[in-house]
Amino acid sequence: MNFYLLTLLKMALTAFVLLTCCAYAVWVERKVLAHIQLRPGPYRVGPHGLLQPLADLIKLLTKEGIVPSYANPFFYLLAPFLAVTLALSGIVVIPFTPEFDLFGVRTAIGLTDINIGILFLLALSSLGVYGIAIGGWASNNKYALMGSLRSSAQMVSYELPLAMAVASPLLLANTLNLRQIVEMQGGYYLGFLPKWTIFALPAPQILAFVIFLIAAFAETNRVPFDLPEAESELVAGFHTEYSSMMFASFFMAEYANIIVICCLATALFLGGWHPLWPAAYGSDLVPAVLLAGAGLILLFHATQAARRRKWDRFTFPVFGVLLLALSPVFLVPALKPVLIPLFWYVAKAGFLVFVFIWIRGTLPRFRYDQLMRFAWTFLFPLALANLLATGLIVALAG
Amino acid sequence: MDVILFLVFAAIAVGCALNLVLQTHPISSALSLIGVMGSLAVLYLLLGGEFLAAVQLIVYAGAIMVLFVFVIMLLNAGGEKRPSRKVLRTAVALPLLFTLAGVAAYILATQAPRTEAVRFGGFTAGPYEVGRVLFTTWLLPFEVTSILILIAILGAVVLARKEI
Repeated sequence: MNFYLLTLLKMALTAFVLLTCCAYAVWVERKVLAHIQLRPGPYRVGPHGLLQPLADLIKLLTKEGIVPSYANPFFYLLAPFLAVTLALSGIVVIPFTPEFDLFGVRTAIGLTDINIGILFLLALSSLGVYGIAIGGWASNNKYALMGSLRSSAQMVSYELPLAMAVASPLLLANTLNLRQIVEMQGGYYLGFLPKWTIFALPAPQILAFVIFLIAAFAETNRVPFDLPEAESELVAGFHTEYSSMMFASFFMAEYANIIVICCLATALFLGGWHPLWPAAYGSDLVPAVLLAGAGLILLFHATQAARRRKWDRFTFPVFGVLLLALSPVFLVPALKPVLIPLFWYVAKAGFLVFVFIWIRGTLPRFRYDQLMRFAWTFLFPLALANLLATGLIVALAG
Repeated sequence: MDVILFLVFAAIAVGCALNLVLQTHPISSALSLIGVMGSLAVLYLLLGGEFLAAVQLIVYAGAIMVLFVFVIMLLNAGGEKRPSRKVLRTAVALPLLFTLAGVAAYILATQAPRTEAVRFGGFTAGPYEVGRVLFTTWLLPFEVTSILILIAILGAVVLARKEI
């Protein structure tokens, strides 16, 4: 009974955290893009726009959901449901921390521990295209149909390099279980270089990591591969006709996909919860130092807040004190085996999410034929060559 | 638990298969086929074939059916017209259908291989065993099949292009 209760609690917690992260990923994206383009970004709702996601949610909830005439209502309503369900369920196989004892039960942060975790994620991502494809088709709109056609062709094409890039670390790890893959990457070369897959001897997988990231951009329909929703040619692509919560579902699915694929990249290539350098050199202190540093910076800025931003004089100290109070939590010995791995996992995945946003602020959109040519004549052969080379090296070394 | 899951997903598979035949619009039929494949994957999972279930989803539901849906959307195929319902046609077809079902059931019951090995969780072979068998015992059929598929792809390319 303990097990079921614990699993239910973990499911509720994971769902809550994931949905909150999706909402705040939008805020982070808008802020980062704004700062890249030298503007302040969302600023009106709450301090520094922090309550903007909540306001957006209320706005979307209260809008009218319109089903266009001559659309196919069943498929039209099924599509966003499908997209968001498949995108959110990917999180269940991600192992965030090593196992620990909680009230006598052996558990870990992360919902399941299945033997085919990676294949499960690949299956979900390959099914995810149906949400977009059906949604665009059922809208009875030329632009939406064009968007969904592009999306299905693009996702089928980029799935191949993605799967090939995933396969080469699997050759090193010899398992499909994500927890075991992460556990394989513990330890250090020469006492300081982490044994992550991208550094792993005998075949470092830096190339596979880059291929994986590029294919991940295409799989999640992000700039520079966001052809399905290219607003300059297709109005808004596959979700042109959608409004209200149905539009929000597509939006949420996109961010959930990004978060899940960044978590997968962290587990496969970046060593999951293993720190960047050994605990002997003080990697356990990093979260506490970072939080305390952020708190001190906020307190410092509180003393010289800009005169026009009156609220900063109030919110900066509050958040500064909060962060300062939070930092010793990472030093409590009883919580260390949970919080430190969780911090490293979230930090790496968060950095990858930031890279997704950074690229969006940097690169222009590809043309459609460039996109396809790039996938089939460059990325796919490169991934294949990397897989063959890795296989050869592993066979010779092992 | 296993039996309940089996019954639920077997029912979904049969329901989707019936829907596949009964629907007039190609997209509905294609999506019903995806439903059949998804529930088949769950049945594989119940038998213990995790790897097979995942591959079923990735290859059939995730890749082949996406191409089906893609082509249907590209050609913008509309719903087919139902043939006019005639009493005579129904009167002839229904007995024929039941005869076919009866004959098929009889052949299955008498000729099908023994099923003692098939039970919930009976298959324990993972990707390791599948790969090993594929590259030792069944190497020749495996390679021949891949060459056959390659020839089919080349043929499709040649047929699709007007001049080479």
